[in-house]
Amino acid sequence: MAMTDNTTDTPHEGESVGMPTLHKIIFAVLLAGLVALPFFVYPVFAMKVMCFALFAAAFNLLLGFGGLLSFGHAAYFGGASYVAAHAAKVWGLTPELSVLSGAAAAGVLGFVIGSLSIRRQGIYFAMVTLAFAQMVYFVALQAEFTGGEDGIQSVPRGDLFGLIPLADNKALYFFVLFVTFGGILFLYRIVNSPFGQVLKAIRENEPRAISLGYDVNRYKLIVFTLSATMAGLAGATKSQVFQLASLTDVHWMMSGEVVLMTLLGGMGTIFGPLVGAGIIVTMQNYLATFGAWVTVIQGVIFVLGVLLFREGIIGVLARWLKRSL
Amino acid sequence: MFELLGISPPVLLGQLLLGLINGSFYAVLSLGLAVIFGLLNIINFAHGALYMAGAFVAWMLLNYLGIGYWPALIVAPLIVGAFGILLERTMLSRLYHLDHLYSLLLTFGLALIIQGLFRNYYGISGLPYQIPPALSGGQNLGFMFLPNYRAWVVVASVIVCFGTWFVIEKTRLGAYLRAATENPTLVGAFGVNVPLMVMLTYGFGVALAGFAGVLAAPIYSVNPNMGEQLIIVVFAVVVIGGMGSIMGAILTGYLLGIVEGLTRVFYPEGSAVVIFVIMAIVLLIKPEGLFGRPA
Repeated sequence: MAMTDNTTDTPHEGESVGMPTLHKIIFAVLLAGLVALPFFVYPVFAMKVMCFALFAAAFNLLLGFGGLLSFGHAAYFGGASYVAAHAAKVWGLTPELSVLSGAAAAGVLGFVIGSLSIRRQGIYFAMVTLAFAQMVYFVALQAEFTGGEDGIQSVPRGDLFGLIPLADNKALYFFVLFVTFGGILFLYRIVNSPFGQVLKAIRENEPRAISLGYDVNRYKLIVFTLSATMAGLAGATKSQVFQLASLTDVHWMMSGEVVLMTLLGGMGTIFGPLVGAGIIVTMQNYLATFGAWVTVIQGVIFVLGVLLFREGIIGVLARWLKRSL
Repeated sequence: MFELLGISPPVLLGQLLLGLINGSFYAVLSLGLAVIFGLLNIINFAHGALYMAGAFVAWMLLNYLGIGYWPALIVAPLIVGAFGILLERTMLSRLYHLDHLYSLLLTFGLALIIQGLFRNYYGISGLPYQIPPALSGGQNLGFMFLPNYRAWVVVASVIVCFGTWFVIEKTRLGAYLRAATENPTLVGAFGVNVPLMVMLTYGFGVALAGFAGVLAAPIYSVNPNMGEQLIIVVFAVVVIGGMGSIMGAILTGYLLGIVEGLTRVFYPEGSAVVIFVIMAIVLLIKPEGLFGRPA
């Protein structure tokens, strides 16, 4: 079941004591860069990258550390964006409550789909998650509150805690930064917790984990639900940024994209999904005018990534530096 | 007696026929997936794209070379199958020693490439493909009108499905194939060229997808997106049936097509999701699938 090439995941001492210094430095530099970023690039683009970085990191928790390939993560990302958009527009909730309700809805959906999907393993698991995501897509297409082909448009950005207006892109930027960076740190904490260690053990050798007395299915369901919730947090935040929830976010292409981001950056690494998300979103941004060629290029990256580059960018870097990244 | 439910027989039978036709495609496609899975243990995500490619090859044969429907029914699957063999030799075969999820990701990438290329060159509006003259028109059965071509789709799919079943379950070649499914190393030790068999099996499974594409061309417009929704439904069909048995894949395909057709009569809103709901129920009751062997 081991999905990773296992080069990046060498156990290191000091893990239990807290974050390794290298990771602390990277996170600090990243945060400093992100605080400065909106003064140099278009904030909406930067916010999009951050949302996808959180999405990919949430997906990586499941695939890279849990060894479970979900091919339907768009269901939680897109599902949450619908719920958050509906909450903000129809219920008139404040941004933070809208985002939280989106994430909570994704968590519930993840729990339900996860509890069914973990009944099959490997390839079947991937197909089952994909099929359920397609079901969510059809519901989004036909249900009334989702607005069908139009989606939910012109979602109000509202006032944070009912006090701070987020209509300005820079104000919203710092809200998005807080949510996504916080989400990524939370995921980091999970990976490096005792729970995360058991996850890795299950990924490496499931029968052995069972024989050691771990309730493997419970762990799988918890990590699936956590991953879906965090993917939902990302999707809900994105709906606030673009003031829109649409079918694109629940489409199977979106599920494929998050797999691609994770594969490209490096499965089972901490920083890989963030790098992968940055690259793919930037690429889509620059190649948007080429239409269907974007699909072809993504396909080529998939094929090359699987054939030649399975460790991903950060995976290779980690091997060179002999550090876990 | 149909009137009792407030639904007239022509409507019911019409939807049943439509369901049976969809079921024919599900059956041929899930059969191809099952044949490939049996020997290679991989799920071919490119199956939907290759089904679409089959329809396009038929269209190209007609429009560029003047080759009609009947020859295309043989030639197009051969071309698609040959393309599949090329993919197997150059890419897939490099991944057999790895986790099978990598093959899934590879074939997903291939599906994106194939679909994207066709979308670039042919747009998404769809191209028309005429029903062959010998099969145009239809029969008036008294209670309903049966278009000849649609009847042919069902008959052709049944012939191909049961032909494949016969070869795999009842012939010497099929016996080698089944033996290699159980233990490829041992079969290789007996002097059977297993890599060759793997290559041809993938080619054959893919050719089945191409064949389904040609069958579909006159019914649905030839369109780069025609395979993408279908393949996900076929995945659900495969999960429901379980890929352990060839006959299981075939029967589940037809059965679910009919169930979908019936749903369209009694609860139209649910017809898009009914197969997924059935999949959820099967996962609860018999996770290994209706015809599957417990893992």
